[in-house]
Amino acid sequence: MAEVQSAALSPATVLAEMKKNSVSHIVWLPDSETNWLYLLMQAEPSLTLVGVTREGHACSIASGLAAGGARPMILIQNTGLQESGDSLRGWLLGMNVGCVMMVGYRGWTRHGVTTDTAATYTEPFINAYGLDYYLVESDADASRISVAFEEAEKTKRPVVVLVGDEYHGFNR
Amino acid sequence: MMRIAEALAAFKPHRGDAIVVPGRGGKFWAELTGNPNLDVPLGDPAMGGHAGFALGLALAQPNRKVVLFDSEGDILMSLGMLTTIAEQAPVNFYHFLLDNEVYATTGGQPVPNAKHVKYDRLALAAGYPRAQAFDKLDDLDRALPEILGRPGPVFVALKVYPEVENAPIGQRRRWNTRSRTQVVADLQQKLGIQSA
Repeated sequence: MAEVQSAALSPATVLAEMKKNSVSHIVWLPDSETNWLYLLMQAEPSLTLVGVTREGHACSIASGLAAGGARPMILIQNTGLQESGDSLRGWLLGMNVGCVMMVGYRGWTRHGVTTDTAATYTEPFINAYGLDYYLVESDADASRISVAFEEAEKTKRPVVVLVGDEYHGFNR
Repeated sequence: MMRIAEALAAFKPHRGDAIVVPGRGGKFWAELTGNPNLDVPLGDPAMGGHAGFALGLALAQPNRKVVLFDSEGDILMSLGMLTTIAEQAPVNFYHFLLDNEVYATTGGQPVPNAKHVKYDRLALAAGYPRAQAFDKLDDLDRALPEILGRPGPVFVALKVYPEVENAPIGQRRRWNTRSRTQVVADLQQKLGIQSA
């Protein structure tokens, strides 16, 4: 059976979701998926980009932004998510921060076979923290991003959007 | 060196309506503050994050000063945060460092290379436009009006005495009577922020 992905998740679609959900700040560290999105975000006047040097920093910054009345979104890769464990625990879960973490799913494949341990441990990690998550592959899935925002706001917990688009979308 | 409470007491007259994130100085600031609903005493949600939290607050509230009392153990865990702060360069951000050279909450073990790290120089090298270091209270006292009277970001490293706690955590006096959730709720109410 063919495993062809019919359409990719376009950066323009992701940006539209950010704007639709009134995101004010993107706290982020580049991953291999997000270069075209970066160019779009940079040109979007309603967004402030806050670059971090280690993904755990994104959790404390987002926590402060939320406490101050802003609406942050975190944009990192699954490797960085796994690095962020204690900050996720203390600064997002511990502070009841309902924000969306958009996470590039490095190593993800549609058939589930991967040689990349970044992918192997991603969902077990998310489950260990009891986080809800949604997988987004293509533009057809983009409405799940808004679902994640609604859920984060309602539960006051971080909600993960996994971008399973490696090698197909943003950097094509 | 100076005592943490002395440094905080020197700062207090200059506070105005600034938001204060007292970090590991929280238990001392709790005895001094005259405006607790503009304080954000969080204890230690996760080590290394106070600077990020205060940066986020400063970015979200650009018209109000945010004063952070960080620790060297936290900063060493997140040195890259200095570059993020320097790049964002919030003019309302005042970054004080309480450097006691030890991990005081775990019994006073020295931080790596404790006697030789120049935190003000690290901040300057990361891109902060201003940074100073003080080990005498009188010098700090004299400099505070200018430090706080000019735009940030600024980094101010203070050498303080280690005030070590050796009692088991469960047996220590609870100085913060509010939960973290309540602290943020009180701040948001004071600032007129509608909680999401």
